[in-house]
Amino acid sequence: MRSPNFDPLSAEIFGRRLKLVTLLVTAVFVALVLRLWLLQIVRGPAYRIQSENNRIHLQDISPFRGLIFDRHGELLVDNRPSFDMFIIPEDIQNRSQILRSLEVLIGIDPEYVSERLEKESAKYPFKPALVKRNLSAEELAVVETHAFNLAGVMIQVKPQRHYIHREFASHLIGYLGEISESQLNSGRYPDSKPGDLIGRYGVERSWEKHLRGLRGGEQVEVDAAGRKLRIISRKPPVPGQNITLTIDKDLQLLAEKALEGKKGAVVAIDPNNGEILAMASAPAFDPNLFIGGIGRSDWVRIISDKEYPLQNRAISGQYPPGSIFKIVVALAGLEEETIDPQEEIFCNGIYTLGNRSYRCWRKQGHGKISLHRALVESCDVYFYKMGKRLGVDKIAQYAEMCGLGRRTGFELGSEKEGLIPTSDWKLKRWGVAWQAGETISMAIGQSFTLVTPLQMAMLIGAVFGDGALYQPKVIKSVEKDGNGIYRFSPTVTGRIAAAPQNMALIRDALIGVVREPTGTGTKARVKGITVAGKTGTAQVIALEKEKPGEKPEEIPSEFMDHAWFVAVAPSDKPAIALAVLVENGGHGGSAAAPIAKELIKAYLQKRSLGSKVASFS
Amino acid sequence: MFDRRLLQNFDWILLLLLILIATVSVVNLYSATYPIISEGSSPIFLKQIYWFLIGFAVLLVMTTFDYHHLERLAYPGYLLSLALLALVFVVGDVRSGSQRWLSFGGISFQPSELIKITLVVSLAEFFNEHGQVNEYRLRDLWQPFLIVAVPCILIAKEPDLGTALTIAIVCFSMILFAKVKWRSLLILFLVAIAAAPFVWGNLKEYQQKRVLTFLSPDMDPLGAGYHINQSKIAIGSGLFWGKGYLKGTQTRLHFLPEQHTDFAFSVLAEEWGFVGSTVLLLLYLLLMLWGINIARNSRDRFGSLIALGIVAMVFWQLVINVSMTTGLLPVVGIPFIMLSYGGSSIVSTSAAMGLLMSISMRRFMFQ
Repeated sequence: MRSPNFDPLSAEIFGRRLKLVTLLVTAVFVALVLRLWLLQIVRGPAYRIQSENNRIHLQDISPFRGLIFDRHGELLVDNRPSFDMFIIPEDIQNRSQILRSLEVLIGIDPEYVSERLEKESAKYPFKPALVKRNLSAEELAVVETHAFNLAGVMIQVKPQRHYIHREFASHLIGYLGEISESQLNSGRYPDSKPGDLIGRYGVERSWEKHLRGLRGGEQVEVDAAGRKLRIISRKPPVPGQNITLTIDKDLQLLAEKALEGKKGAVVAIDPNNGEILAMASAPAFDPNLFIGGIGRSDWVRIISDKEYPLQNRAISGQYPPGSIFKIVVALAGLEEETIDPQEEIFCNGIYTLGNRSYRCWRKQGHGKISLHRALVESCDVYFYKMGKRLGVDKIAQYAEMCGLGRRTGFELGSEKEGLIPTSDWKLKRWGVAWQAGETISMAIGQSFTLVTPLQMAMLIGAVFGDGALYQPKVIKSVEKDGNGIYRFSPTVTGRIAAAPQNMALIRDALIGVVREPTGTGTKARVKGITVAGKTGTAQVIALEKEKPGEKPEEIPSEFMDHAWFVAVAPSDKPAIALAVLVENGGHGGSAAAPIAKELIKAYLQKRSLGSKVASFS
Repeated sequence: MFDRRLLQNFDWILLLLLILIATVSVVNLYSATYPIISEGSSPIFLKQIYWFLIGFAVLLVMTTFDYHHLERLAYPGYLLSLALLALVFVVGDVRSGSQRWLSFGGISFQPSELIKITLVVSLAEFFNEHGQVNEYRLRDLWQPFLIVAVPCILIAKEPDLGTALTIAIVCFSMILFAKVKWRSLLILFLVAIAAAPFVWGNLKEYQQKRVLTFLSPDMDPLGAGYHINQSKIAIGSGLFWGKGYLKGTQTRLHFLPEQHTDFAFSVLAEEWGFVGSTVLLLLYLLLMLWGINIARNSRDRFGSLIALGIVAMVFWQLVINVSMTTGLLPVVGIPFIMLSYGGSSIVSTSAAMGLLMSISMRRFMFQ
C-alpha cells in the first residue's frame, strides 16, 4: 500500500480541525433543537389550533322554518328538501369550462353564474356560492353523473319553503327573498348569512324572528382535498316556531275562487274580536316563485303587471265607499238629531242645489221615503238632503268615530288609511274652500272620500257588535316546542259611541236591505239565516259627467263602477262580518252581494257543523 | 485478504446506530403512507424494508472491501459515474418534469446518488496525493473545483438544484477541511456574490418562486408557501409529546406534501412531538460524532478524509432537510437522509456507511 501514514504533525493538525468540526456539528444540532423548541413548544399551541382548523370545517345546518297553519290546524306552509347547487370559487380550475359545462348540462346562464361567483369570491373564496336552488330530479342526475369534471361544484340538501296551496292567501302569508347587503349590515339579522332567505312580505316578514329558528352546525373532519371524512360534533338546528293563523282555509279558498278572473278583495272577520277569517286580494301571486332566486322573467312579469298582483287590495286598495257610506251619514244624522226617522221626504229622482242637479240611482225616484226605506233601497236623494243638513265636518267627525280615515291597526302593516275630507283639509290641500256640492257627493260616499275593504268590514262588524272597533289580527297563536308563546287577544281601538236606539234603527234597516223585497242586497239572502248588509257602487268617473242615455254596458270596463257589498250574519248574534269589493264590477247588489252570500253560507254551515261535532264529543 | 482482526474490530456502535435509524424510518413511513379510510397498509413501507435489506448487503460488501483499493479506483469510478450522469440526459426517465433516473431492467436509480460517493472518494484521493501540510491556494485547487463543478452543473440541469447544491456544499466542506488560505476564501466568497445574479437569472421560474416564497411564505399561502406552512403546522402542532403514532392529523389527512419523502421528518415531529424529533436528531448527532471519531482514529489521511466527507454528506443533507421542513430554508427537495423513502438514496448511503465501517475496522492496521 502506497498510502502514507500520518506523520505526527499532520495528525495533530487533523485532530485540531476535527475538534472544530465536532464543535460545529454540535452547535448546529443545538440550533436545530432550538428551532424545534420554538416551533413545538413556544409556538406549538398556535400551530395546534391551526392544525385543528385545517382539518375541521364548520358546516351550517339550516333550521326548519316554522310551519303555518290555518285556524283549524290545517297545514298551509311547510318545508321540502331542496337540492341546491353551489360552487366553491377557490376550487374551480377552469372557470370558463365549468360555466360552459353547466350551460350545456342544465342550461344555467353562464353570465348569471359568473356574476354570482364574482360577487362571492371577492369576499369569501372558500365559501360555497349558491348558483341554483332546487334542482329538479333530472338536473340533479345530470350534475351527479358529470361530477368528475365539475370540480368545485357541490350539491347540498336544504329545507326549502313550500307554499302548499300556491297562491293561497299569498298577500297574508307573504314570501321569502334573499337577504340584502344592507339588511345583513343592519344588525337586525344577527344569525343570518349571505344567501339566506328571509321573510320579505306578509306574515313571513312580520314574524321572521319567530319563524326563522336557529341555525345549527356541524364540525366535519376533512382531508386536504376537502373530502368529508366524519362528523366530529354537531349542534342541531332549532326549528322555527309554528304559527297558527286566524284564517279559515275553506273560507279563504272560497273567497279566492269567487274573485277568480276578477280584480278585487274580500275581507271576512269575526266581529266579536277582530280575527280575520279570510282576506283575499285578486290577482294574487305564487310565493313559491320567489324562492328559487326568482327567475328574472317571473319577477319582471310580477312587478310590471298593470294589475299589481303584489298589492293587497284588502288593506291598501283605496276606493270611494259609495252607498255604504250612507250608514255613517244615517248614524250622524240620528245622533245629531238632524234626521227624524219618521220624517218623509220626496224623491223624484233628482236633487238640485244651485244650478247643479244630482241624480238618484233610481231615475224615476223613490217617491215619499223615510230613513228605513232610504237605507234599504239606498235612496240617494234622501241622503243628499241629510248630508246637506249635517255639513262636511259633522259627517267627517262621525266617519272618524267609525274608524275611517285612519289605519285599523292591521297586524301585518302596509295598510293605507283612506281619506275622510274636512273643510280644513280641502283648504289646506287644495287652497280652495269646501263647496256645498261636495258635501252632497260625500253623503253618498263619493267626492274625495276613500276607504279600504278592511275598514268597511270593521265598520259593519262594529255596527252589529257592541260598537267596539277591534284591531284586525291574523295571528291566532305562536307555538314554541309545543307551548304557546303567543295567543290572540282582542284589542279595541275605538268605539262607535251612539245611542242604542239609533244603532237599532240602522241595524234594522240593514237587515231590510237583504230581507225586504225592495232591498238592494236581496242577492245575499241565505236560507235560515238573517243576513244584514249594505250595497255600494263606487263611481270611477264622476256621476255628473255621465251622459244621459248612455247604458252602463257601453262604458269601457276600466271606467265601470266598483261593486261593494258589506254584510254581517247572523244579524242577532253576529259570527262573521265581511266586505266584498269587485273592481269595475258594476252594481254592488249584483256583482258583490252573491259573493258575500256564498261565503256566509259556507262559513256558518261549517261552524254549526263544527259546534255539533264539538257538542258530541 | 480477510483478517480475523477485522471481526474483532467490527464497529458494533455504528451498526447499532444504523439499525436504530432504519427502524425509525420504517416505522415512520408506515404512518406516513397509512391510508385515510380503508384498512391495511401501503406497500411503500415494505419497499423501504427491502431497500434497507439491499442496503445492508451493500454495507457488508463495502465493509469487507479494503478502502485502500479505492486510491486506484477513485478517478475511474468518478469518470464512470460522470458518464452515467451524462447518460441520464440521453436515455433518462422524465418524472414530474425532471430527468434524474436511469433504468436497467426493472431497477431504476439516480446517478446523482452514486456520484456523491465517487466525488467524496476522488476529493479524498486528490488531497491524499497533494498532501501538503500548508494551506492551499486557489491555483492549487483548480482540479478539485473542476471535479466538483462538472457533475454539479449536470445535476442542476436535470434539473435537481437541491441535490447539486448539497453536493457542492459537501465537497466545499471537504476542501475547507483540507485548509484553504484565508485570502483565497475571501476571493471565492466575492466571486460567489458576483455570480449570484447570474445564477438567479438561470433559475427556472418555479425555483425562483420557491426562494421568494421562502422569504415571505404568506405571499402565496395556497401556492408554493402552502408546503412550508403546512409543514410548520405539522411540526408545531406536535407540541411536547406529539399527537401519537398514526394520529397526526396533518399527515393522516394529507395536508403535508411529499410526506413519505421530503417531509418525512414533519410526520415524525407531528406524531412524536419535541421529544421524538429531538431523539431522532440525537441519533444522527451520535452517528456524525462517531464518524468524526472514525476520521480521527484513521491511520491514514485518505481514510480520514473519506470519513469526513461522509460525515459532511450526512450533516448537510440533514441540516438542509430539517431547515426546509421547519421553514428556515426554501423547499429544495432534499430528502431526510435514511428517514425518507428512496431506494437510490438508501443504497448510496449504505455504501457510504459501509466505507465508514471499513475505515473504522481498519483503524488499527499498520501496513
